[in-house]
Amino acid sequence: MAVIDIHAVSKQFGSFTALRQVNMAIKEGELVALLGPSGSGKTTLLRIIAGLEFADQGHVSFEGVDAATNPMVKRRVGFVFQHYALFKHMSVFENVAFGLRVMPSGQRPTNTDIKRRVEELLELVHLGNLAGRFPTQLSGGQRQRVALARALAIEPRVLLLDEPFGALDARVRKDLRRWLRRLHDEMGLTSVFVTHDQEEALELADRVVVMNNGEIIQSGTPTEVYDTPATPFVYEFLGNVNRIPCQLEGDHASFWGQSILLEDLPVGGQKRTGLAYVRPHDIEVVDGRATMGQPAIVRHVSMLGSIVRVDLAVEGAERPIEMELSRTKFQQLDLRTNSAVHLRACQARAFPA
Amino acid sequence: MNSLPLVSEVSRAAVAIPAARFSLVKRSVLPGFGISLGFTLFYLGVIVLIPLAAMGVKASGLSWEEFVKATLSNRALAAYRLSFGAALLAAAINAVFGLITAWVLVRYDFPFKRVVDAMVDLPFALPTAVAGIALAAIYAPNGWIGQLAAPLGWKIAFTPWGVGVALTFIGLPFVVRTVQPVLQDLSRDVEEAAASLGATRWQTFRRVIMPAIAPSLMTGYALAFARGLGEYGSVIFIAGNLPMISEIAPLLIIGKLEQYDYAGAAAIGMVMLAIAFLILLGINLLQRWARVRGGEG
Repeated sequence: MAVIDIHAVSKQFGSFTALRQVNMAIKEGELVALLGPSGSGKTTLLRIIAGLEFADQGHVSFEGVDAATNPMVKRRVGFVFQHYALFKHMSVFENVAFGLRVMPSGQRPTNTDIKRRVEELLELVHLGNLAGRFPTQLSGGQRQRVALARALAIEPRVLLLDEPFGALDARVRKDLRRWLRRLHDEMGLTSVFVTHDQEEALELADRVVVMNNGEIIQSGTPTEVYDTPATPFVYEFLGNVNRIPCQLEGDHASFWGQSILLEDLPVGGQKRTGLAYVRPHDIEVVDGRATMGQPAIVRHVSMLGSIVRVDLAVEGAERPIEMELSRTKFQQLDLRTNSAVHLRACQARAFPA
Repeated sequence: MNSLPLVSEVSRAAVAIPAARFSLVKRSVLPGFGISLGFTLFYLGVIVLIPLAAMGVKASGLSWEEFVKATLSNRALAAYRLSFGAALLAAAINAVFGLITAWVLVRYDFPFKRVVDAMVDLPFALPTAVAGIALAAIYAPNGWIGQLAAPLGWKIAFTPWGVGVALTFIGLPFVVRTVQPVLQDLSRDVEEAAASLGATRWQTFRRVIMPAIAPSLMTGYALAFARGLGEYGSVIFIAGNLPMISEIAPLLIIGKLEQYDYAGAAAIGMVMLAIAFLILLGINLLQRWARVRGGEG
């Protein structure tokens, strides 16, 4: 059963439509990424789920109960803000204890219980020794973990995170990502996070929901959205991609002397032009001196750590073709600037232009 | 400040600072410390300290008995009570309503907001005598507001309450203008975070907003209090100035001056100065405590 059910939610800010008719269900235990460019409505959707914003139309329900009748307090939703929103005048300990201290007097734990619980949470986020510090004395990553512990203190059923790693540097971000994934699994949470970083979404989430212009474009596992993007937008948003002009006919697209089957996008009988989308790592150099494939010239080689990116010029194409390959493969092929090669795409999808 | 090392020397100098070269100046990359400190001391000396010292000198012309007689007469005690009481009360009223005004100006959009914002400063700009006459006219028993209060048996103008009204009027901008920028800086996130953790509006205000603005609110309170204490022009028109009842201490001083009792006037001035200094010092300490608690220390 879905923990959160979002039904036909629309939201307007003045003349700007932030969300139009969004439907989504989030299952128990899922870790969902809302991925999209800025202005795509992802943060608005997250804030509506949290109850920080209200939908103009449609409704959100938690375990079947309409959220409109269920104030924020009772939703048991933990929210982690993009800029942490820590209480500057409170120590780390008091920040985490806040959610417990403001409980109605009947439910509020005793001081000893609060102390124990906060200490547990600080231990969980590896900040046990910093309980007495103030937020201004912490690094970005530490603040983020305080914000998380604070949100977890109220034992939320759902954890919502707005660009949780946006303001952190690359190393810290990577560590925190893995750690968050473990935390999510160990605590049995249902989590939704907003990001504009496709790598983050693909690495962390069980399900990626790609949004653009206030609409959900595609929703699926990281593999699904990466390998079989529903639209050119998803293709381009989820990483680098080469766009190659092609001919569409029947259920086939042809380019570079190859023909690929269009699975879910039949385009009718007549010939049309289209664009084939090929990821840089799905481009191969054809072995030997065969005349098969697309002739191209190596223009530039960049070493990017474990992989190598090669820019190739193809006759008639304005933009260079990007190819990525492993270092070993690169060394085997012995590619140099200006060497002539033949290319082929081992995986592609085509859309009508 | 030729004893200040160049920036590039700082790291070397820090290794072994000769004990003899003790200096008030902490080594800093910010320029102009010496000259700005010198200027500040000179300026404060000429503008504040020398006039105050002159007052002390004048008052010291009195013998102890004369001093006590001038400063601790029943009439003087009543005047202190009124002056300090009304100034503290007016500042407190301003703290509450100035905070609300600042809140409204920061948080809400409404027509003519800028006009309202500008109006807050009017008590600064208006000659105090004009303010006093206007307030007296309105709060007098036949004035617009006075006639509403009169049937309830409540007299405002020409009583101690009138003093409070005048001091409240002139003190308002201080609280609004000190709190406003701090409220502006307070991010909405923090309030939303409190709400998402289950805090009610009141809990959010008391536990999150209040600690953040408390230092500035106290500054505003202290300024409004200090201004009210020294206020003369507007008060004398609305207070009625009855000795023992609605006579403020500054008026008592003017009275002494008119009788050429300069030493007596200076003596009362000294007493007011001492009490005001103690109160402001107290507020300052309280503020420092609030600031440390506010996590800025």
